[in-house]
Amino acid sequence: MLVITCVKQVPDTTQVRVDPVTGTLIRDGVPFIINPYDTHALEEGLRLKEKYGFRTVVISMGPPNTEVTLKKAIALGADEAVLLSDRAFGGADTLATSQVLSEAIKKLGEKEEVAIVICGRQTIDGDTAQVGPGIATRLGYSQLTLVDSIESVDLKAKKIRVRRKLEGRHEIVEAKLPAMIAVLKEINSLRYPTVPMRLMAEDSKATLWDNKIMGLQETTIGLKGSATQVRKIFSPQRASGEIIGEGLKDPKEVSRLLIDRLMEKHVLSL
Amino acid sequence: MFIYISTIIFAVAILLFCWSCYKRFRLLMLGKSVDRFKDFGPRLKNVIFYVFGQRCTVNHGYRFGWNHLVLFWSFMFLLIANTEFLFEGLFPDSVSFSMLPVSLYILIEIASVLALLAVCIAMLRRLAFPPSYIEARSMDAFVILGLIALLMVAFFGLHASEIAKGELEATFMPVSNFVASTLFSDVKQETLNDYIEAFWWLHAIVLLAFLNYLPYSKHMHILTGIPNVFFKSLTKVNTQIREDFKKGNVFGVGQINLFTWKDLMDSYSCTECGRCSDNCPATNTGKSLNPRLVIHDIKANLLKNGPFFDNKKAPVLPLIGKGGEGSVSEEVLWSCTTCGACMEVCPVSIEHVPKIVDMRRNLVEMNAKMPGELLTFFESMEQRSNPWGIVPSDRVKWATDITVKPFEAGKTEYLFYVGCFGAFDARSRKVSLAISKILDAGGISWGILGKDELCCGDSMRRLGNEFVFDRMTKDNIKILTDKGIKKIITQCPHCFNTLKNDYRQYGLELEVIHHTELINNLIKAGKLPLNVNGADLGNVVIHDSCYLGRYNGLYDVPREVISSVTGRAATEMDRCLEKSFCCGAGGGRMWMEEEGKRINVTRVEEALKKDPKTVCVSCPYCLTMFEDGLKSTKADDKVQVLDVAEIVSMGLK
Repeated sequence: MLVITCVKQVPDTTQVRVDPVTGTLIRDGVPFIINPYDTHALEEGLRLKEKYGFRTVVISMGPPNTEVTLKKAIALGADEAVLLSDRAFGGADTLATSQVLSEAIKKLGEKEEVAIVICGRQTIDGDTAQVGPGIATRLGYSQLTLVDSIESVDLKAKKIRVRRKLEGRHEIVEAKLPAMIAVLKEINSLRYPTVPMRLMAEDSKATLWDNKIMGLQETTIGLKGSATQVRKIFSPQRASGEIIGEGLKDPKEVSRLLIDRLMEKHVLSL
Repeated sequence: MFIYISTIIFAVAILLFCWSCYKRFRLLMLGKSVDRFKDFGPRLKNVIFYVFGQRCTVNHGYRFGWNHLVLFWSFMFLLIANTEFLFEGLFPDSVSFSMLPVSLYILIEIASVLALLAVCIAMLRRLAFPPSYIEARSMDAFVILGLIALLMVAFFGLHASEIAKGELEATFMPVSNFVASTLFSDVKQETLNDYIEAFWWLHAIVLLAFLNYLPYSKHMHILTGIPNVFFKSLTKVNTQIREDFKKGNVFGVGQINLFTWKDLMDSYSCTECGRCSDNCPATNTGKSLNPRLVIHDIKANLLKNGPFFDNKKAPVLPLIGKGGEGSVSEEVLWSCTTCGACMEVCPVSIEHVPKIVDMRRNLVEMNAKMPGELLTFFESMEQRSNPWGIVPSDRVKWATDITVKPFEAGKTEYLFYVGCFGAFDARSRKVSLAISKILDAGGISWGILGKDELCCGDSMRRLGNEFVFDRMTKDNIKILTDKGIKKIITQCPHCFNTLKNDYRQYGLELEVIHHTELINNLIKAGKLPLNVNGADLGNVVIHDSCYLGRYNGLYDVPREVISSVTGRAATEMDRCLEKSFCCGAGGGRMWMEEEGKRINVTRVEEALKKDPKTVCVSCPYCLTMFEDGLKSTKADDKVQVLDVAEIVSMGLK
């Protein structure tokens, strides 16, 4: 049985600046990291492996240098890494990305049954939170988003029970396996790789699947398969906010006023 | 019959003693190899200085160390008498006390009296006013003191009886003669024979018991102390052994046989004097770490597990575990600030800190076990090469308002290695500015690496993350060599020590100078125009940075600078110089939570006793810890903390 974790290598967004002239990202010298939410997805995958004896495969779609990220996943304990890399996959939006990922999951499923696919809640570069649900929809898996705890997995009954964190409340949900779960950072605390694992990972190789192996129609993947296109990236100018209660000094008083105003505007409700 | 019994008993006892020593010695051989044999001359000098001179025993204000010195030297002479006695026991027909030159009689007599006195003082001290930092009233101590006292009594009894019987020349044995004339003058000749025999046997039994008790008690240091000093590190213990990151290797020390034989010998040599604990900032603030017990646990673990290793079986007692005798807890290991106070005061040159770091390495590198807050710290270090995970381009922000040149190979003389604190920490940025002002005023040619500067990795190494430290070091060395950097000024004593001593292991010899040292040189050369007492600093109390002082011997430098600027000597705290008390931030403690009484608050309270207006430091860690401590003690409105550089910068004309 497989647990498949989807990870994305993203530019360290805190170090990315937008070129004011061209409106594009300046990526020069910006280090790449594993999308922070995905690190928690990977950690959860590893915990499920330890608890239920799954095999954990980590998959990622991206340029060849994504292998560095996948090696880190192996150092942390993933059993196998699959890198989906091909020029044809480039420029993909969430629709095209979820297409490639779900096809890869299907392909992995041909050899070994897939029980759970774990994604991070969203990526820090795109921030759409659509790829996980996209995969679930395409594969017909149960879709569990905003998960902050996996309560139980029943392999015999093929059921999973998770806790979802919603605004102001939690929801315990039971769903059929296979399932796609998109996790929050609160779900776990990360582990640190041991040196023997790091050394082992340095010599390891991710399995490379290009489109020759995947054999996907070019119109469904990459830029061609994308339903959306980036026209411009810019930092929205923020108009100065409303100032409430000029000259106030008491923090308690300010908070009270602020909460009143937010409730008036239905931003907060009881 | 008499002859055979003594020969047999002595032979058996001596063989037993040799067997015990052999067993202990074999266990040492379980340790990994380390070269401590080179440089015979300096090693011999250390033995003369530390063992025969008892330098560390009488130093550091431990007055009872003099008692040990007396006992030690008495035993040196008694060694002759007792060796003779052992041979006498083995070969009663051919060896006797009278064979010794008479000139030695008097020396042995004096030594015996002094030994008896010293033992009485030691017993009295333990009974009447035991030191607070050690379980002074241990059974072990009283057994051995009692045995020594009894040995002396038997010695005088034997020789007094012999003198009374007229068998021994009394001229050079005034004490024995006195005993003979006061106690044995009326005793009949036949009874004297019984006395002689009785005292001889008493002496024999006590001596043989003493001999055989040694290897099983803390008094084993009598046997291993001298070699331990001989094999001590010839340089200050300010670095760690490198690790070879090859697949299949085991990293750090999680099992007793992964220590070096010298580490194991250290554990045999502990005299349980408790000076390490007495000076340890962790022990003194109620943390679970007690350096003496760490060493004791290593010994206990070796004795427990040794035989299993000998038989190629798995050890039964984990080295790092829940605590308890023979096992060191994780909490203990994480409490160390690596300040080195323990090593400074140890009379037998035990090296505590490297062992603690070795065990941390095992936790981090083999088991990825560490306090939660370190995970973020490690990630930040690996990804951004600074403790807070701040964007590297912010490294130049401290110099926004001044003109700073980048280091240029061939043109710039010194690299000013600003360090993570100097570059990112709001308070320490002011120190960086002060240093740049002084460097300019002194006409120094200097430049910086700016956003290309990386963290030196000190905390990573001390926290046991040697793998990442190794990578960081290699990255740093590449930058430094690519840019042709030879001379470096550091602001932080931790960068100073790492660049100077840790990087040397990678074959990089740099001329590293701490800013206080450079400033002192400039002042001495008359290159800094100073207004003596130009700034109102009031009473200046000085705090020594562990990594500058104990680690690198720079005690005078900051003091000289302060007196040059203020016109008078800085006020010393009660614990200063070699015995200075750590601020609590070293060894990566800066990045960890502290439970219970805080080390920095303890140190601040000590400083406040001297009624300072200014506390002068020379390290960004100390600066932060003192400012925090002053806030906690609500003294921050009365007392300021300044770096030496800031004081000088204020005094510049």
